[in-house]
Amino acid sequence: MTLLQVENLRKSYGALAVTDGLSLSVAEGELHAIIGPNGAGKTTLIAQLSGQLAPDSGTVRFGGADITRLDMASRVRAGLARSFQITTLMPAMTALENVALAVQGRSGSSFRFWRPVAREAALNDQAMDCLAQVGLADRAGRPAGAMSHGEKRQLELAVALACRPRLLLLDEPLAGTGPQEAEVLVGLLAALRGEVTMVLIEHDMEAVFALADRVSVLVYGQIIASGTPGAIRQDPAVRAAYLGEEAC
Amino acid sequence: MRMANLFLLQLLNGAQFGILLFLVAAGLTLVFGIMDFINLAHGVLYMLGAYLMAMFALATGSFWLGLLLALGATLAVGLVLEWAVFRRLYDRPHLDQVLATFALLLILSEGVKILWGSAPLNVAMPELLSGSVPLAGPLRYPVYRIAIIAAGLATALGLWWLITRTRAGMLLRAGASNRPMVAALGVDISRLFMLVFALGAMLAGFAGALVSPVLSVDPGMGDQILILTFVVIVIGGVGSVKGAFAGALLVGIVDTVGRIFGPIWLKLVMDPAAAAQAGRVLAPMLIYLLMAAVLSWRPNGLFGRPS
Amino acid sequence: MSAAPKAAIALLVLMALVPPLAAAIGDPFLTVIATRMAVFAIAALSLDLILGYGALVSFGHAAYLGLGAYAVAVCARHGITDLVVQMAAGAGAAAVFAAVSGAISLRTRGIYFIMITLAFGQMAYFFFVSLSAYGGDDGTSLAARSTLLGRDWLENDTAFFYVVLACLALAYGGLHRLVHARFGRVLIGTRESELRMRAIGYRPFRYRLAAYVISGMICAVAGVLLANQTEYVSPAYMAWTRSGELIVMLLLGGIGTLAGAMAGALVTVGLEELLAGWSEHWRLGFGLILLAVVLWSPAGLAGLVRRLLPGDRA
Ligand SMILES: Nc1ncnc2c1ncn2[C@@H]1O[C@H](COP(=O)(O)OP(=O)(O)OP(=O)(O)O)[C@@H](O)[C@H]1O
Ligand SMILES: [Mg+2]
Repeated sequence: MTLLQVENLRKSYGALAVTDGLSLSVAEGELHAIIGPNGAGKTTLIAQLSGQLAPDSGTVRFGGADITRLDMASRVRAGLARSFQITTLMPAMTALENVALAVQGRSGSSFRFWRPVAREAALNDQAMDCLAQVGLADRAGRPAGAMSHGEKRQLELAVALACRPRLLLLDEPLAGTGPQEAEVLVGLLAALRGEVTMVLIEHDMEAVFALADRVSVLVYGQIIASGTPGAIRQDPAVRAAYLGEEAC
Repeated sequence: MRMANLFLLQLLNGAQFGILLFLVAAGLTLVFGIMDFINLAHGVLYMLGAYLMAMFALATGSFWLGLLLALGATLAVGLVLEWAVFRRLYDRPHLDQVLATFALLLILSEGVKILWGSAPLNVAMPELLSGSVPLAGPLRYPVYRIAIIAAGLATALGLWWLITRTRAGMLLRAGASNRPMVAALGVDISRLFMLVFALGAMLAGFAGALVSPVLSVDPGMGDQILILTFVVIVIGGVGSVKGAFAGALLVGIVDTVGRIFGPIWLKLVMDPAAAAQAGRVLAPMLIYLLMAAVLSWRPNGLFGRPS
Repeated sequence: MSAAPKAAIALLVLMALVPPLAAAIGDPFLTVIATRMAVFAIAALSLDLILGYGALVSFGHAAYLGLGAYAVAVCARHGITDLVVQMAAGAGAAAVFAAVSGAISLRTRGIYFIMITLAFGQMAYFFFVSLSAYGGDDGTSLAARSTLLGRDWLENDTAFFYVVLACLALAYGGLHRLVHARFGRVLIGTRESELRMRAIGYRPFRYRLAAYVISGMICAVAGVLLANQTEYVSPAYMAWTRSGELIVMLLLGGIGTLAGAMAGALVTVGLEELLAGWSEHWRLGFGLILLAVVLWSPAGLAGLVRRLLPGDRA
């Protein structure tokens, strides 16, 4: 069953068509990788899928419903969560608070003014589970701003998971991580595969071909090829347009 | 007919007020737009321009010499302030900028009071520009106010030329929309900033010097103009000189015409006593209502870029 | 108990000792100054909620002080002298003004927000300047202080001080709970990263607006008390420089901690009294101190104290 269906999406900055009539469909349960050179429009696509940017035209359907005009908050409620290429966390809050805030977003009203939120066991327990899932259980009390780059990437993922998404949009989760940290994260994504549908943007080809069920290649705002990792590896157009430039 | 004449008169007064607002707003909007810097002390420069004008005009006995010296002095003050304080604040949060320039405002306005006292000063009108000219029918208009409008328009034209036709202006426009790009072009950003600041200070000082013969020069004049200037900039769009011009004329005219005609128009729909009272209450609030209306329609002002 | 509430409670206890001290040294003016400090501490606390916890640099907060003050004058004119009713009236008016002006201002960010809140503050200011029924520009003096439970207890400066102090304690306690509750965490989240908040399903606007309204209401209560302290009401309470002073209080005490906001108010009022005692041009000295603090110690006096304490250099 198709979970996400993007049709003829367009977004331009002046004369630059960053998303140029893009269509894409992601099936329930799959890990769908999107690869493409720098500046191809990958982050801009994620921004439109998550509601951060409004497309100029085209439609985005999620679970059968048209969500093109919904704001970010409604899309999160509908089950669409994302991570950011550039780490976007609450630096002054601890790792646990960062995640608990995401849990709170889907558990009841936030217009509560009296009870200390730090003592809400339901929030903390779920947040701890997410932290443990990404391997940050022993860092729960550390302010996000004081964490290492790799830990921040892990936390970024934990926050997105805390939203309990049906579809997870991951914008280069491995960006800037060291080899060990990357290994942890790849292991985590492998474990999540099948549980959550994922759109994964990644430059690390090794990780992409190891994890993805399907791969789409985005160049100049258009999907030029889509298929299994094996098929994409062989696709001559892809090799010419993209892989040829890479060292791998 | 009398009504039409009165309206024309108020329109001219409004335009003249608007032009002054523009002179103060132009520098401020550039500083806001290019440096993302909020300067609460800008109104003080306007006041300082008026005081320096009063001082130099008295000392030299000549309006024109006084004006020249006042312009030079405000330029110098702008440069010194930029060098001593502002450049330390460019990379700081808005809150720090607010507080530091608020401190400057306290220091400078108190300094003015110490130097010149709290009593209002007067500046003599130059002979050449005194008197009035016939406008329409029996209506006459003071030459000096026409001169203010002309001087303001000339300055606006000069600014337009500077911004659209010169290399410095090109950098300004580029800097307003994309600061890193200008820095990447190898332009000495700090020199550019200093220039904009000094120019803005001089324009504000010029406005202060210009009004000194028609308004009394007092320590409160900077505060009033500062807030109006903010309204102008918000309406016009931060960073847009064009917006500052449109906003300034709009605010100047709405404020002036509203104060006189508000009660008159209100009388058409309510009894005279209530109209007078309502008019008095509403008139000073008019431009703020205008601002709220513009903003709920366009949150970035008339000519502002979406953020 | 963490350090911040301890500091706040210590501050409140110290203030409670002022009237006996004033009686002991025979200087009743001390109690008057302490009352003023406590009133402004409430106002500073209210501003800290939006500025310190929500990163909303409002430059029109003095308007709420004025709304509270005029609530006293308007109620008294209509024969309502009860303090609690006047507080409710002031807070109600503040809530309406904050909801309307906040709904417009909060659509903007950064410099725009600062300028718009300033403009709305001025709008309120000019409204009261042109209100000739209440003295216009000059304001109007109150016939008497408000009553409490039908009695004129507040005419006694010491009793009045303790009422103000109780209000301060309540404001502190309430805000302390609020910033540590769910709402507070969301508000801090909007300060830390609006984008992240939206990406985990929040709409920051409604929380900001709620905080803005709550803050305005608390500040109006301070305004009611201020009018009672001076027994005078005038538009000067809402001059934009007053809004600036409120921000200065936060800066001096350290922004974003409730105890800091209170301490900052005490220091600022104290400093003003001190400097004003020396020279009519006290604003010059005040400005110089402020400039020095901003340029060299952005963490406020608290940061300065921390830096000067031996052995605390990281
Ligand atoms: N706000 C904007 N205004 C103008 N151009 C933009 C804007 N945002 C992005 N672009 C341009 O759109 C193009 C696509 O950007 P995008 O960030 O989506 O690329 P990307 O595929 O994510 O690249 P990377 O692999 O480097 O992350 C780039 O050329 C970028 O310069
Ligand atoms: Mg990208």
